Amino acid sequence: MNWVYVAYAAAWAIHIVYFITLTRGYQRVRRDMEDLNRQ
Amino acid sequence: MATSAMSIPPSANSGRKGEGPTFSDVLRATLAKDLRLEWRSKEAINSMLFFALLVVVIFSFAFDLTAEESRRIAGGLMWVALLFAAVVALNQTWARELRNQALDAYRISPAPPEALFLAKTIGNFIFVILLEALMAPLFVIFYNLRSVGPPYQLALAFVLGTWALVSNGTFFAAMSIRTRSREVMLPLLLFPISIPALLAMVSATSTVLTGEGDAHLSLVFLAVYDVVFTIVGLFLFETVLHAE
Amino acid sequence: MKSFVIFALITLALLTFGLYQALVAAPTEATMGDVQRIFYYHLPSAIIAFLCFFANFGASVYYLAKRCPKSDAVAVATAEVGIVFCTVVLITGPLWARPVWGIWWTWDARLTSTLVLWLIYVSYLLLRRYSAAGQNPVLCAVLAIFGAVDVVFVYMSIRWFRTQHPAPVFGGGENSGIDPRMAHAVYWNLLAFSAMALLVIWLRYRLERLRQQVDEAHATRAIAGGSR
Repeated sequence: MNWVYVAYAAAWAIHIVYFITLTRGYQRVRRDMEDLNRQ
Repeated sequence: MATSAMSIPPSANSGRKGEGPTFSDVLRATLAKDLRLEWRSKEAINSMLFFALLVVVIFSFAFDLTAEESRRIAGGLMWVALLFAAVVALNQTWARELRNQALDAYRISPAPPEALFLAKTIGNFIFVILLEALMAPLFVIFYNLRSVGPPYQLALAFVLGTWALVSNGTFFAAMSIRTRSREVMLPLLLFPISIPALLAMVSATSTVLTGEGDAHLSLVFLAVYDVVFTIVGLFLFETVLHAE
Repeated sequence: MKSFVIFALITLALLTFGLYQALVAAPTEATMGDVQRIFYYHLPSAIIAFLCFFANFGASVYYLAKRCPKSDAVAVATAEVGIVFCTVVLITGPLWARPVWGIWWTWDARLTSTLVLWLIYVSYLLLRRYSAAGQNPVLCAVLAIFGAVDVVFVYMSIRWFRTQHPAPVFGGGENSGIDPRMAHAVYWNLLAFSAMALLVIWLRYRLERLRQQVDEAHATRAIAGGSR
């Protein structure tokens, strides 16, 4: 049963990592847009 | 350095004035130019040969094989060595174009881009086949090879397999030539796509060398692979050439 | 924005229910035991990965035909999300195989095809990252087409030319005479992860569109600044 938990946790870890990548991307884009608006 | 597009005299159109060079004119001229350049400098052939030799020797030291084992994996080894050597050659032929800004000349010339692609592919094909002809005796000696199955199948495997590598390789080399870290980009793109062909090539070669089974399926598979991907390449080359 | 939140909440609910289905509601498999439950994440992820790559192919073809930046954004989004789900397949697969068959990896047609697919789309992302901004979408679309055509050959070649490693038989747990409760677990998780995939694809799509607009703004500004 342990294997199941490890597998599920790994799957979710992968999804969460990607989600974090997305949020970071959004933060960067927001920053770029603010820079553009300021210029 | 003159590009083939510029070296075609207007009269080569045989009467069709003002229409630009025909497909076969460009094909012939580009191919002749590439072969001539390579013959003079022997850049690609030398580096390919050296690289392939290196791979073969290193593999011989890395693996301690019995005679039977050698015969079974010789096919795979050969194709791995060729794959790496071909990548070296492919990068070079396009880099040469880039160096002389010939690529830009091709883009604005009315020459059909498919002719350029075909010419480059055929040129690379000739180089790699030449390399194989040079390497084959070495393999026969190192691994005590002998064609147990029909040798024509072996020849066919080499021709079809080489075309598979070279046609996709030429295409991806053209794609990666304008990317950053282009030398790495080519193998990165080429290898995954070539995996099916690699499996078939190795299967065919090993089958003929060991005499176990029939190489028929692999050869047909390779032929279909070649036809499909050459068509796709011809179809999409213009897009790649004009991508900006 | 509101519909997004609602959809997200529904997805969360579905995922939780799927988890319940997989861990509790589905019966323990006869031969493999509880480890078989990994299947309820493994199979839906594989299906979704393939659907994503299929969508990527469609978007790439459309982009080459119409040069529409929206379809390029869809292409990138589906490729990335496809890779994510593909990674899940490649990780859960060995984690399932090891306790059941004692081996981490087997070169059977399905798992190996998935690996090659993963390699192809990772190379797609690398091309994305390393090609110059202008050519980027076109080159990637072309690669996507090559990749998609290749997939067929990949599966066939591995089935025909890899004879040393026959597929381990997924005894009774998959298609024939499957316990309906197991089928339920698969369906619910498939639904839940599909919803999640759509959500994430949409998020990535929006991000790409924003980036496109920023790049465009930079470009116009550079032109305007240069002409002064």
